[in-house]
Amino acid sequence: MTAVELATLISAALLALGPCAVLAGHRPWVSGAVYSISSALCVGIAALGAAGLFTRTLDSSVALPLGLPWIGSHFQLDALSAFFLVILGIGGSVVSLYGIGYGRHEHDPLRVLAFYPPFLGAMALVLLAADAFTFLMSWEVMSLLSWALVLTHHQKEDTRTAGYVYLVMAGFGAMALLLAFGLLAGSGGLYGFEVMRGVQRTPLMAAVILGLMLLGAGSKAGLAPLHVWLPLAHPAAPSHVSALMSGVMTKVALYGFIRVIFDLLGPSAWWASPAVIILGSLTAVLGILLAMMERDLKRALAYSTIENIGVIFAALGLAMAFRANGMTAAAALAFTAALFHIFNHMVFKSLLFMGAGSVLTATGTRDLDGLGGLIHRMPVTSFVVLVGALAISALPPLNGFASEWLLFQAVLMSPAIPQDALQLMIPAAGGLLALAAALAAAAFVRIYGVGFLGRARSEAARTAVEVDRFSLTAMAVLAGLCVLAGVLPGMVIDAISPVARAVLGGQLPVQGNEAWFKIVPIAEARSSYSGMLVLLFVAFSASGAAWAVHRLASHRVRRSAAWDCGFPDANPITQYSASGFAQPLRRVLGADILGAHESVWMPAPGDKSPARLTVTVDDPIWRTVYSPIGTTVFYVATRMNGLQFLTIRRYLSLVFLVLIVLLVGLMLWA
Amino acid sequence: MGLILSLLVQGIQMVLVVALSPLLVSIVRKVKSRLTRRQGAPLIQPYRDLVRLMRKDVVLADNASWLFRVIPYLVFAATWVAAALIPTFATGLQFSWTADLIAIVALLGSARFFLALAGMDVGTSFGGIGSSREMMIASMAEPAMMLIVFSLALIAGSTQLSTVVQFMASPQVGLRVSLGMALVALVIVALVENARIPVDNPATHLELTMVHEAMVLEYSGRHLAMIELSSALKLLLYVSLIGCIFVPWGIADSGAGLGAYVIGAVAYLAKLGVAGLLLAIFETSIAKMRVFRVPNFVGIALMLALLGTLLRFVSRSL
Repeated sequence: MTAVELATLISAALLALGPCAVLAGHRPWVSGAVYSISSALCVGIAALGAAGLFTRTLDSSVALPLGLPWIGSHFQLDALSAFFLVILGIGGSVVSLYGIGYGRHEHDPLRVLAFYPPFLGAMALVLLAADAFTFLMSWEVMSLLSWALVLTHHQKEDTRTAGYVYLVMAGFGAMALLLAFGLLAGSGGLYGFEVMRGVQRTPLMAAVILGLMLLGAGSKAGLAPLHVWLPLAHPAAPSHVSALMSGVMTKVALYGFIRVIFDLLGPSAWWASPAVIILGSLTAVLGILLAMMERDLKRALAYSTIENIGVIFAALGLAMAFRANGMTAAAALAFTAALFHIFNHMVFKSLLFMGAGSVLTATGTRDLDGLGGLIHRMPVTSFVVLVGALAISALPPLNGFASEWLLFQAVLMSPAIPQDALQLMIPAAGGLLALAAALAAAAFVRIYGVGFLGRARSEAARTAVEVDRFSLTAMAVLAGLCVLAGVLPGMVIDAISPVARAVLGGQLPVQGNEAWFKIVPIAEARSSYSGMLVLLFVAFSASGAAWAVHRLASHRVRRSAAWDCGFPDANPITQYSASGFAQPLRRVLGADILGAHESVWMPAPGDKSPARLTVTVDDPIWRTVYSPIGTTVFYVATRMNGLQFLTIRRYLSLVFLVLIVLLVGLMLWA
Repeated sequence: MGLILSLLVQGIQMVLVVALSPLLVSIVRKVKSRLTRRQGAPLIQPYRDLVRLMRKDVVLADNASWLFRVIPYLVFAATWVAAALIPTFATGLQFSWTADLIAIVALLGSARFFLALAGMDVGTSFGGIGSSREMMIASMAEPAMMLIVFSLALIAGSTQLSTVVQFMASPQVGLRVSLGMALVALVIVALVENARIPVDNPATHLELTMVHEAMVLEYSGRHLAMIELSSALKLLLYVSLIGCIFVPWGIADSGAGLGAYVIGAVAYLAKLGVAGLLLAIFETSIAKMRVFRVPNFVGIALMLALLGTLLRFVSRSL
C-alpha cells in the first residue's frame, strides 16, 4: 500500500468515525473513545507526512472511482501536501488529545462528536486532492462541517449570527474558487492538477486567477477585507474546535493558495505580487490592532490569527516577487519563512486557544475584565500560555521569532530586485510587519497581564481550579514544540527544503551540517542566528546572576501588602482593566485607523447619577464594506418581495420578457 | 590557544559592559548636577546604591507570583546578552554570530515584554499605567528601530553587527543622506527606549507621567538592583550601538593584537564619556513632554527611518 492510499484510508476512517459516534449514542465512553481514535489517526497522518518529507518517497498518486462517474477522484501525495499533512496531523492529534478532557464538559457531546472527526478527514482530503472536483468537494465538506461545529452552542443568539455570516462568506469563497478552477482548466476542459500545470496562460489571465484565489482562499484564511467572519465564528465554536479552525483550517486555506499560485499557475508577472504583499501587511496591522482592542479572550485570539495570516501572505507575496525575477534563492528564503510561520502559527495558536478553553472551563467567562490572578490558581495552564504568548509575540529564543527573522532577511533581499516600485515597497511593507510584531507584543502583554496576572476580578476567577491532565498534556506538548522549533530552527528549515525545492526549484543552504544549532539563510557574513545559544546565554546569565546575588548578597524575602506608592486599594477593580490597558494605543493608533472615539456624558449640576464614559471601537471594514452591502441586499429584497404576489398572467408575461431579453443578449453576443 | 584567547576577549567584553554601565549613569548624573550648579554625588555612587540594594531584604507584595521574582533576573540576562553582543572595543568576537542586529532588537523586546508583565503582576494601578504606556511607546519605537536596522543593513549588505561596523569604518561608506537620518532616528529611539527626558524622567517618582518607574514600583532589594542594573546596561547598549555604527573609529578588528585592543578600549571609554556629556546637556536643556506627545516624537524617528530606507535607493550615488 502506498503512502497516498494509506493517507486516503485514514481520511476515510476519520470521515466514518462521525457517524459511528452517532450510532454509539449517549454512552459515557463515546466521547473519550472518539477523541482518542481521532488523535491516533492524526498521528498516522503526521507520520505519513513526515515520512514523505524526510524519506523522499513522494509523488505517489491514486485514482478512486468516486464522485463524478466519468472523472473519478484523484489523490496525490507530494512534498507540499506532505508538509501540510504534518501540520494537520500534529495539530489534529494534539487538539484531539485536549478534547478527551475538554469534551467532558460539553452538554451535548454528540453535537460535536458527529462532526469533529469528519472535519479532520475532510481537511486531509483537501490536502490530498489532485483534481479540481475532489479539491472543491472536500473544501466544501470541510466548510460545512466546520459550520456545523461553529453552531454547537446554537442556543446563543451570537452563535447563530456567527454561523450565518460564516456560511455566507464560505459560500462566497467557494464561488471564487470555483471560478478560479474554471479558468485554470487544462486543454479539453480537463480538471486534473497534472493537466493544469502544463497550460500556458497570459499574464492577465494569471492575474485574474490570483485575484480569485485571494478572494477564495483569502476569505477562508482571514485575509482583510474578507476576515470579518473569522472573529465571529472561530470563538463561537467549542475551544478545541476554535483551536483547529484557527490553527489548522486557516493553514488548509493557505495550502489552497500555495497549490494554485505556486504550483498550478506557474511563474506570474512581477506586478501581480505587490497586491499580495500590501494586502498581507495591512491585514497584519489591522488584525493585531483589533486584537489589542478586544475584551473577549477568544475573539482577541481570533483577531491575532488574522494578523498572522497577514504575515504569511506578505511572505508569500515576497516569494512571488522574487520568483517573478528569477531570484530562486531569495524566493526560497521568503517561501521558507512563510511555511515556517505556518507551522509556528499552528503550534502557538492552537496552544493559546486551548489555554483559553481551559480558562473558560475553570471560570466560565471569556471576558478579560472578569479574569485575573489565574497564575496562582492555574499554574500549569498559566505557564504554557506564557510560552505561547512569548512565541506569538515573536520574541527570541522561541519559534515565532525564528520565522519572523527569516522574513526580515527576505525583506532585506529586496535591493536585488530590478523593479523600482518593488524596491521601494518591500522595505515599507517590512516596516508594517515590524509594527505588527511590536503591536502583537503589546496585545499579548495585555491578554496575559490582565487575564493571568494581578488580582482576581471576579468570584469565578478567585475560585478557579486547574484543568484535567489530558488538557495540560496537550498544551505542554505544543509549548515544548514552541521551544524546540525556536531553539533548533535549522531542523525545521531542512524539513521544509524538499517543499521549496519541489515548488520553486530552489532551497536554502542545508542548515544541518557542522553547526546544527544556528541558521545561516544566505551567507555567514550577511546574517546568522542561533536560538540555541541565545537560550543558553540567557539561561546561564539569569541563573548565574540569581545564584551570585543569593549567595553573596541576600536571599531573604518578606511578604507584605502591595506598596502602590503608599495608597494601595484592596478593591481589585482598581487594577488596570483590559480596556484601560488598550487606551493609550486606542488613542494613538485606534482613532485614525479604527475610528475609535470616546464620549463622556456628565450629569447636570445637582443630578446625582454617575458620569459615563462610552468607548466605541469597531472594525472599519465592517462599517465601510459589509454594512452597506447588507443594507443594499435588504433593500433590494424588500422591493422584490412584491414579485411574490402576482397573478399567473403576470408571471407568464415576466417569463416571456426574460426569454426575450436573453435571446437578444445571445444575438448580440454572437 | 586561539580559541581560549578569543573566549577570553569575549569574556572581558561581557564583564566590561556590566562594570561600566553604572559609571555611564553616574557620569550623566554628575554632569547634570554640575550644569544645574549642584555638587552632585561622587562617580562611585551608583555602585554603592547597587550594593546597598543587593544587601537589603526583598519586600514582596502578598499576591506577587513566581513570575514576579524571576523577571528581574530574566530582564537582566536578556539585556546583558544583548549588550555583550554589541561591539565595544573590538569586532568579530567569538560569539558575535549568535545574534544579528534584528535579534538584538528582539532580545531587548523580550526584556521589555517581561518587565511589562511584572508591572501587571501585583495588580496595582501604577503598575498597569506603566505597562500600558510602555507597550504603547514600544509599539512605535520598535518598528522605528527595525527600519533603522533595515536602512543600515541595506547600505552595509548585512545585519551582522561586526560586518556593519567594518563596513562603516571602511572608506567606501562616504557621506549618505540615509545615514544621517538613521543617526537622528536612532538617537530618538535611544532616548525613548531608555526612558530619558523628554519621554520619561528617570529621576522622579510619583509623577503621573512616569512610565518606566511606575512599572517597577513594587520591586525592592536585590530585585530592584537587578532592574536598575539592567536599565543602566540598556543605556550603555544604545551608546555602544550608536558609537560602533556611527563613530567606529578606534575599534579593533577581529584578531588584532593586544595594542589594538587597548586602543579600542581607550577609544570606547572616550566615546562613553562624550555620550554621557551630550546626553546630560540634552536632558538639562529640554523639558519633559506630555505622554501623548511621545508618539509624535517617536513618529519622527519612524518617518526618518522610513525615509532613510527609501532614500537609500534614491540617492545611491551619494
